[in-house]
Amino acid sequence: MTTLAFAVLLVVSIFGYVWNRQAATSIRNRGERLHSLTGFHGFYSVLLIAVPVFVFILLWIALRGWVIDGMVVRGLPDGTFDGMDSGAAALVLSEIKSVASGRVFGTPSDAVIAAADRLNNLRSAASLYLVLATAVLSVALLWIARRSVSAEFRARQGVEGIVLGLMIFCSVVAVFTTIGIVASLMFETYKFLSIVPLADFLFGTNWEPQIPIRADQIAAEGAFGWLPVMLGTIVITVIAMFVAVPVGLMSAIYLNEFAPRSVRAVAKPVLEVLAGVPTVVYGFFAILTVAPAIRSFGEGLGLPIAPNTALAAGGVMGIMLIPFISSFADDALSAVPRSLRDGALALGATRAETMLNVLFPAAIPGIVGGVLLAVSRAVGETMIVVMAAGLIAKMTINPLDSVTTVTVQIVTLLIGDTAFDNPKTLAAFALGMMLFIVTLIINIFALRIVRKYREIYD
Amino acid sequence: MTDMTSGSLGKTNTDLIRAGLARRNRNQLFLQGFGMAAIAFAFLMLAILVGSLVLSGYKAFTQTHISVDVFIDPEEISVERLPRGGFEEVLQASLVSRFPDVTERAEQRSLRGIFSNGAQFLLRDMVVADNSLIGQTVRITVPVSDPYDQVNKGLIDRETPNENRRVKDNELAWFDALIAEGAISSPINWALLTNADSRFPELAGLKGALVGSFWALLICFLIAFPLGIGAAVYLEEFAPKNKISDLIEVNINNLAAVPSVVFGLLALAVFIGTFGMPRSAPIVGGMTLALMTMPTIIIATRAALKAVPPSIREAALGVGASKQQVVFGHVVPLAMPGILTGTIIGLAQALGETAPLLLIGMNAFITSAASSPFDSATALPTQIFIWADSPERGFVSRTSAAILVLLTFLITMNAVAIYLRSKFERKW
Repeated sequence: MTTLAFAVLLVVSIFGYVWNRQAATSIRNRGERLHSLTGFHGFYSVLLIAVPVFVFILLWIALRGWVIDGMVVRGLPDGTFDGMDSGAAALVLSEIKSVASGRVFGTPSDAVIAAADRLNNLRSAASLYLVLATAVLSVALLWIARRSVSAEFRARQGVEGIVLGLMIFCSVVAVFTTIGIVASLMFETYKFLSIVPLADFLFGTNWEPQIPIRADQIAAEGAFGWLPVMLGTIVITVIAMFVAVPVGLMSAIYLNEFAPRSVRAVAKPVLEVLAGVPTVVYGFFAILTVAPAIRSFGEGLGLPIAPNTALAAGGVMGIMLIPFISSFADDALSAVPRSLRDGALALGATRAETMLNVLFPAAIPGIVGGVLLAVSRAVGETMIVVMAAGLIAKMTINPLDSVTTVTVQIVTLLIGDTAFDNPKTLAAFALGMMLFIVTLIINIFALRIVRKYREIYD
Repeated sequence: MTDMTSGSLGKTNTDLIRAGLARRNRNQLFLQGFGMAAIAFAFLMLAILVGSLVLSGYKAFTQTHISVDVFIDPEEISVERLPRGGFEEVLQASLVSRFPDVTERAEQRSLRGIFSNGAQFLLRDMVVADNSLIGQTVRITVPVSDPYDQVNKGLIDRETPNENRRVKDNELAWFDALIAEGAISSPINWALLTNADSRFPELAGLKGALVGSFWALLICFLIAFPLGIGAAVYLEEFAPKNKISDLIEVNINNLAAVPSVVFGLLALAVFIGTFGMPRSAPIVGGMTLALMTMPTIIIATRAALKAVPPSIREAALGVGASKQQVVFGHVVPLAMPGILTGTIIGLAQALGETAPLLLIGMNAFITSAASSPFDSATALPTQIFIWADSPERGFVSRTSAAILVLLTFLITMNAVAIYLRSKFERKW
């Protein structure tokens, strides 16, 4: 039925275009001078109809669930919810819904069956009303648009005004997304902090969200200290950087200064392929190939290596970040003015000396910016660590041991059906908040360095 | 230094430089060597990555099947009781008649284990479709169960001591006998693409994941493409240079660097928590991916718009077009190849994105393909995650195979983007 509503909207809009255009054409044919081209009169009608009705349909779809639920709940016999908390009430509602869609488990009470019938009736009525309302609204707007057609009517200004408004809306969506992220994280974190004190979360060295917690027990247990989780994140990030920074920088230096054109033509796309591989693939690579290899290597040396050692996750993450750092460093080196390079070579420096003593120092700010962005990537990277790192938070910096990260904890806490009022779920949002803050600071810092550096040479 | 110049007569600066030149050239060779080693390391890692996936994955592109004559016993299966009936017993009987010396009940039951667990349902569907088969003997070809599939592909080592091997000696003997008489075949495993997920590796396929990814990407495209172009055109062509425009720009750049898992948290809290949208549904996944893809599209579109020379705009303005007519009639169409390239690359990224989809529950176990974006579904990368987590041995090669399928899609999309770019790119 929703499709039908959209179809009605489409048909009326097209009709509006044709109708208005024809009306404008006939005015022109009478010899009058139109202010706007006939096409603008047509588009004016389309926009006048499509924009509000489209918004109306979306709003209807978004709100109908709430409204119908409310009506069904009000229709239940008095006293149904007596003595129930919100969870039990939600259960009744979901039972009604599953009965309504034909999945009957056990023997539902008569009230539930009646409510399910009501629910079905309301749903089909809502669909019908939606189509009717869409039709009425769009025809009314069609009429208004048609009335506006006249020789003096500034249809072009009207169309351009609406289009400009739509474009501004598009740009603001990005801002709304950020606001949405911050608001939702803050809201859930606030709820979390009302259960777990802020100091315990920030400075606690024990992270055991799995244990069942009574309301009076949390502070004493101190099970929500994020430090070990953050420490694990740092360990893995450092390992990743140990792999990615030297390899990425060296390959950038080579590609930028020494590589023959043919090597560059092959190496650049290969690095791009490495950058385009989804992280879930890297994660599987880590558990399929890298972790067993590291373990058998460690056994050969007699080292005790945990099955999900931080080395595997960190190393693979480093491989993932090689192209990232390499392309940033390459760009930074290329942005150094040619005169610096030529000057050094003219003084008799070898190409290596030019690179290490002139170009590289000049490109340092851009490279640092790129490395920082890579760090922020590593901190926020999820799939590799979810698949290859551990689950248990330990205060350790031993790379052979298994550590956990912020993102791993977020995912493991939220996988599966979770209610929004339990501290485990809320803890994930608190970790998400910290992750967002940390990466945001690194990003802003990195982008500022990169931008400032560009201004010097441009 | 002073000693050298004063003490050794006839040594000019040139000589000094020459003396150091060998060392300096050697240093240059070292640096070059390190550079080449770094590139080689990256190549090697890519080769190992692809190589290990292909090595473990190619075996999942065939599936061992068994062909047997089954007598559809009217005593076990009758028209009245369909679709219920003793299909399992009928299958078992077909093998028991092949191996008459297996008389013990437990052994007969393990004989049945050669068939995939889904074989009885395949047989059932055959009989339900054609009732006249009851009482006849039909030759069916069905998948074998995972352990035997692995034996046939050489993944289970026959040298392993009997007690540690998943397929015991007597079972191996039966299977070898079946191979000897040509009942075992390994056709191409189309089920990998046409079946939905299953608990049994030999039956599990990617159809549900492919359909789910398709819906999610479609929604993502429908939202991110118009919004991204609208925002980019506004910021590049119309926005006044003021604090608000700056704020929006900084915002978009930062949004592009926000960890993907945070978008998952946003979707969980807002789309599912506040708006009560269905869990596990591609519509929510698509909306989340759209928010993540939008910055990519905006950045690519702005670069493409910047590349259109100002002379085009001035010429159009000169003949009396309005600002919007210039932009939508000339600039945007000329920038379209660049915009499309950026969009395809953004969608390819979205196709491989996993973490936010995990948080909104697109990692559920779903055995049928979604018929609309509102149904529960998995996506290709989350399916890979599920299979990678599954304990059954057979899922290892299936995971690799699924990854190869995903990589094929990504390479195709990127190839299309590169083709578009080279075909329509214009040097002004």
